[in-house]
Amino acid sequence: MTLEPADRVDAVPPSGIRRFFELAEEMDDIISLGVGEPDFSAPWAAREAAITSLERGQTSYTANKGKRELRTRISRFEDAARDLRYDPDEEILVTAGASEGLDLAFRALLNSGDKLAVAQPCYVSYVPGATFAGVDVVDVPTRAEDEFKLTREVLEASGAAEADALVYCYPNNPTGATMTGDELREVAAFCREHDLVVFSDEIYADLTYEHEHISIATLPGMRERTVVFNGFSKAFAMTGFRLGYAMGPEEAITAMNRVHQYTMLSAPTTAQHAAIEALDNCQADVREMTAQYDRRRNYVLSRFEDMGLSCFPASGAFYAFPECPWDDADEFAEAFLQEQKVAVVPGSAFGAGGDGHLRISYATGLDELKTAMNRLESFIS
Amino acid sequence: MSSRRDILDLLGENARYTTEDLAHMTDFTESEVEEVVAELEDAGVITGYQAVINWDALETDAERVRATVELNVALDRETNYGDIADRIAKFPEVTSLRLVSGDYDFDLTVEGDSMREVSHFISDKVAPIPEITQTVTHYIMESYKEQGTEFDDHDDDDRLSVSP
Repeated sequence: MTLEPADRVDAVPPSGIRRFFELAEEMDDIISLGVGEPDFSAPWAAREAAITSLERGQTSYTANKGKRELRTRISRFEDAARDLRYDPDEEILVTAGASEGLDLAFRALLNSGDKLAVAQPCYVSYVPGATFAGVDVVDVPTRAEDEFKLTREVLEASGAAEADALVYCYPNNPTGATMTGDELREVAAFCREHDLVVFSDEIYADLTYEHEHISIATLPGMRERTVVFNGFSKAFAMTGFRLGYAMGPEEAITAMNRVHQYTMLSAPTTAQHAAIEALDNCQADVREMTAQYDRRRNYVLSRFEDMGLSCFPASGAFYAFPECPWDDADEFAEAFLQEQKVAVVPGSAFGAGGDGHLRISYATGLDELKTAMNRLESFIS
Repeated sequence: MSSRRDILDLLGENARYTTEDLAHMTDFTESEVEEVVAELEDAGVITGYQAVINWDALETDAERVRATVELNVALDRETNYGDIADRIAKFPEVTSLRLVSGDYDFDLTVEGDSMREVSHFISDKVAPIPEITQTVTHYIMESYKEQGTEFDDHDDDDRLSVSP
C-alpha cells in the first residue's frame, strides 16, 4: 500500500482554472475579471455579529443541521423571497457552503453507477463531485443560441432522459444566464416525464436583473423531487464564512444529514451567528450590492456592444459570457493576460458548451472595470 | 428602465463619472444623460460637485480647523428659523447649517485656517446675532468618515486573482 491517489480521485483532472490562477499569480498589477466571488466585504453588521459571538465565547459545535434560530430564519426568508416553504426542523440543512450541500446530495441520494445529468457550462465542482461519489456524468451542454438556458431540446439531445438526476445552476456561473418560469416549466415537465430528481443550485438567486428568480421546486409536482441549494456567499458577500444550506423533502435532508453529521458535524458556528444577523438586518446591503452589480453589468454589456464583441444580455449572477473574438479562447485569455494584464477565464474551464467564450466577472470596482474594458477594446481592435 | 434617480445615485457615489460612463451604466444615451443632469441642476436638485477631502492626510503644515457649533435661538413674532438661518449661512466660513431636534436648535459647521480664526468668527459674527442665546463649540480633533467615505480604510482586495 502506498499513498497514491485513489482511482476515483486520479480520474479527476486539476481544475482548468488552476492554470490561469498560476499565470495570474506570477504577474504584478493585473486587473482580474476572473474572480468568482464578490468584491464587497461581508456587511459590517454580519461581521460584527461574528465578532460578538466570539467575545461571548460561542465557539462550540451547533446542532448537526445548524442552529435552529438560523434554520427558522432561512425558512421564513425563502418563503417570503421565493415562495419556497420548508420546515426548519426536518427540511433544512445548514452546510459549509452550498458546495458541501451538493457533495452531500450526490453521495447521500445517488448510488454508484447512477447517472447525473450536468447542465453545462457550470461551476467547476459538479463533475468532480459526481466522480468522487462514483456517479456517472451525462454532459448536457447548453447552447449559445439559447443564451445558455436549459431546454427540453438539449436535455433530449444529450441523453438526459436516461439519467437519474439533473443538476444545474441558474442564475448561472459562468454565463450569467437566468431561467424564466415558462422556461423552467419545460425542464420540470421533462424531469417528471423521465423521473429525474433535480439538484437546483440557486446560490445566485438574489442576483437577477431582468426578472425575479423562480425556483423549480415551486412548480407543480417538483417539490418532492427537488433539493434546492443556496447560501450566504454571493448575495451577502460572505464567501469566506463558508455557509450554505440545502432545502428538500424530509427523507432527502435526513439522508444528507447522515453524511454531514459524520463528516462535517456542523457548519462553522461563527458563520452561523453572522448569517442570523445577515438575514435579520442586512437586506439593505444586499439591495445596494445588487444595484452596483446591475450598473456594472450595464456598463460591460454596453462596452461590448460598442467594441463589437458579441454577447447575449446576461441577466443574473455577476458574469457576462461574450463570444471570444479568436478561435481559441484559451490562447486569447493567455495572450490578453500577458499583454494587457487583464485576467479573464476561458469558457472551456467550465465544461461542455463553454468553448469559444470568455467568462468576464464584473465583481470588480467600476474604475478597474473601465480600465479593463479599455484594454480589451484596444487588444481586439 | 433607468430614471433620474439612478443618475443621482451614481453622481452621489462619484461625481466624476463622465457622461459616457453614466450612459454605459444606465439605459440613457449620452445626450439624454446631459439633458437629465442639466434639468437636475436647473431644478436645484444637484447644487454642486465636491471632492471628499481628508485634510489630515495632506502632508503640509497648513492647518485646517473645523468645529461644529450648537446654537440656541429665541424666536419672536417677526423672526423665524429661516430668517436666522439666512443670516448665518451667508458667511463663507460656514460649511453646513442644519435645524435639528433636541437640546439645541441649529447645528453649524465652521471651517478656518486656525483655531484663532474659527473662535473669532464665532464670537464676533455668530454669537452677537440678537436671536442667538447660546453657542457651544466643539473643535473636531480627528475625522474618520465624511460623506460616506471612510478615511484610512484598509479594505484591500484579498481575493484570489482567479477563482471558480
